Amino acid sequence: MVPVDYYIALSAILFTIGTLGVLSRRNPLIIFMSIELMLNAANLAFVAFASVYQTFSGQIFVFFVIAVAAAEVAVGLALIVEIFKTRKNINIDEMNSLKG
Amino acid sequence: MHLSETVNTGFYFLAPWLVLAPVIGLLINAIFGKNFSERAVGTVASLASGAAFVVSALLAYSVAINHGHAVSVPFAEWIHIGDLRLDWTFRVDSLSTTMMLVVSGVGTLIHIYAIGYMHEDVRFKHEEGRFTRFFIFLNLFIAAMMILVSGDSYLMLFVGWEGVGLSSFLLIGFWYEMDTLARPSWANSNAAKKAFITNRVGDFGFLMAGFLMFWHLGSFQFDEVFAVAPAIAHDSPWVIVAITLFMLVGVAGKSAQIPLYIWLPDAMAGPTPVSALIHAATMVTAGVYLVTRSAPLYSLVPEAQYIVAMVGAGTALFAATIAVGQYDIKKVLAYSTISQLGFMVAAVGMGAYVAGMFHLITHAFFKALLFLSAGSVILGLERGHHAHAHHAHHDEKPKGKHKKDEHGQHGGHDDHGEVFDPGDMRNMGGLRKTMPVTFWLYMIGTLALAGIFPFAGFWSKDEILLDAKLHFTSVYWQLSIAAFFTAFYMGRQVWMVFFGEARTDAAKHAEESPKVMTVPLMVLAALSVAGGALNLPFKGFHQLGHWLEYTLGKVEFPPFDLGVALISTGLALSAILISWLLYGRNPLKEGQIDPLKKPLGFVFTGMENKWFVDEGYGVLILTPFKKASQFLADVIDWRFWHDFVHDTVIAGTYNWLSDVVLSRYADQKGIDTFFNSWGDFTKWLSGNVRRIQNGFVRSYALSVLLGVVLILGYLIFK
Repeated sequence: MVPVDYYIALSAILFTIGTLGVLSRRNPLIIFMSIELMLNAANLAFVAFASVYQTFSGQIFVFFVIAVAAAEVAVGLALIVEIFKTRKNINIDEMNSLKG
Repeated sequence: MHLSETVNTGFYFLAPWLVLAPVIGLLINAIFGKNFSERAVGTVASLASGAAFVVSALLAYSVAINHGHAVSVPFAEWIHIGDLRLDWTFRVDSLSTTMMLVVSGVGTLIHIYAIGYMHEDVRFKHEEGRFTRFFIFLNLFIAAMMILVSGDSYLMLFVGWEGVGLSSFLLIGFWYEMDTLARPSWANSNAAKKAFITNRVGDFGFLMAGFLMFWHLGSFQFDEVFAVAPAIAHDSPWVIVAITLFMLVGVAGKSAQIPLYIWLPDAMAGPTPVSALIHAATMVTAGVYLVTRSAPLYSLVPEAQYIVAMVGAGTALFAATIAVGQYDIKKVLAYSTISQLGFMVAAVGMGAYVAGMFHLITHAFFKALLFLSAGSVILGLERGHHAHAHHAHHDEKPKGKHKKDEHGQHGGHDDHGEVFDPGDMRNMGGLRKTMPVTFWLYMIGTLALAGIFPFAGFWSKDEILLDAKLHFTSVYWQLSIAAFFTAFYMGRQVWMVFFGEARTDAAKHAEESPKVMTVPLMVLAALSVAGGALNLPFKGFHQLGHWLEYTLGKVEFPPFDLGVALISTGLALSAILISWLLYGRNPLKEGQIDPLKKPLGFVFTGMENKWFVDEGYGVLILTPFKKASQFLADVIDWRFWHDFVHDTVIAGTYNWLSDVVLSRYADQKGIDTFFNSWGDFTKWLSGNVRRIQNGFVRSYALSVLLGVVLILGYLIFK
């Protein structure tokens, strides 16, 4: 039986990698992947605690998160396709028309 | 005070109809008059006045059968404040019914006469409503005069007093847009204003008397005032003196006494029936009535009585001298009226109330007769003028040029384009042949006014003279001389108007007046002849005296004095003889100047010009008054108040405050600066803060991360 600390540590590492990916990458596809990584890090933490406390609520949360992530990806990919159609480019640093 | 319940018999309950009847008459004419013919309008008005006469007669009968009981008939509540109760109550006693009978009786006759007169008045251009309006005003006058004589308190008397003043104003200025000769001018309106304003001066006196009375005697009601007056007179006689003398100012205004008589001659601008009714027979006697009504007050203060008598006698003499020098037929009668009112005021001033009232009644008869006959003469001349002018026009004859008189009062009519004044006695002459009825009526009036036995004026004037001889010798002599002048100017007038040869074509072709005018005159003439029978100075014949005793208390009847009668008759006859020598023996020729002018010189010029009293008032009062008004208007009001206070001080201060202080400093410098700085700060702040929004999504994400870290850090380490 692997102690729960390991799961939590792995979850934190994955979340941190995801965060760094979101912050440092310019390709929105990579950023999406990083966001998925963060979400799944959270999912890992949920199920780890769910097994520790022997409760279903953590696992149910995970299902919601997976559903929301799927919807998010669907919307996000559609946006990226539309942006690419208009600008022929998806470099995130060039999407700055709301600059103050 | 007697209430109506105390007397059961009689017609006292009819008293309000004294006022209601003429008011109903005027309302009918005012509302339906548009659809009536002239005659119907006149009939309604005459019937209304006649109804008032019938009511007066019934009231007099009621007083007679109740042995002179004074009865108060409550009619309407007026003012009730706390304990103060001022009501409209009719007072029916022998004095008030006497006045009612005179006012409504003479008034009715004059209403009838006016139907004929107004139709022919040269100024009447058959405008719709003008005729009706005249009769509405006449009925208004009757109503107001009835309020005056029937009021049971000084307050109601004052209401009537003002009411007749208003009617007088309306009727003097009846032809407000033209003068007496129908030329466009404001002369008539000015005469009306003069009458009204002069009367205001008198009313001021009346009001002061009323205030003093209410303050010191505590009431306006006749009986209550007279009940407390003796005690007040004992403690502080000056109160009663002040009241009676202030009242005298009112009397001088309304009854045309020195110094306020000046409005009455100008009031002749009104139509002749108005002159007869208001300015000779009734309204102007209101002052005499007031003094008679206030007899219990005047009897307490001999000093005031003395002044009243002297004012009356002075007026009688003064006005009589002016009448001698007048040329206008109505002006002579106007000054004669002032003079005769002087007789009455002198009589009531001496305490001879019966004599004063007696003369008031007979004077109402013969002066109304004279005025109305004068109106008939004027219209007769007018008719002659028309007939002749048309005649001349058809025959292509050159028109006779009429001489301009010395005053420059040359009249004319638009339709003739000729200068002619039908009221100027110098344009008359020889009218006894063309206007015989009017001539005889005029003669009766003249003899009555001159005081020739046995006409009414003889008896009433004699009674005044007798009382004067017994009480005030100086008044007696003044009045006797005035009586001499009276006979003289009336003689002069009759010789000039009716005798000799016609001095103008109009006089030559004069025509007699219609029956509707002459019949009322005949009634008045009969009264002028027989009116003396009211109060013959013999034992058992003092009917009027005994009648008035019911109201005035015990009256002494001095025995008939043959000496006084002979002196006055002698004076009158000699005056008529002198007038015959001057004007009758050698009748005035066309264009001849007055034969008195040469022997009397500047004295006659004075008489001719009314002793320059109007000019004197002009210099003494009017000019300073106008100057003062001008000063007040130009300097005080315009320059000081308007230019300086309003424009400079108030508007200037306001402008300075708003422009400089508030706008420039408070608003622009204070408020604007604050908000501008606030705006600048916001701009500066936003300029700096917006840099955070750099458009790099990743930096936003970093911010989110930092935020989360901060919040978590806070939650963990709190």
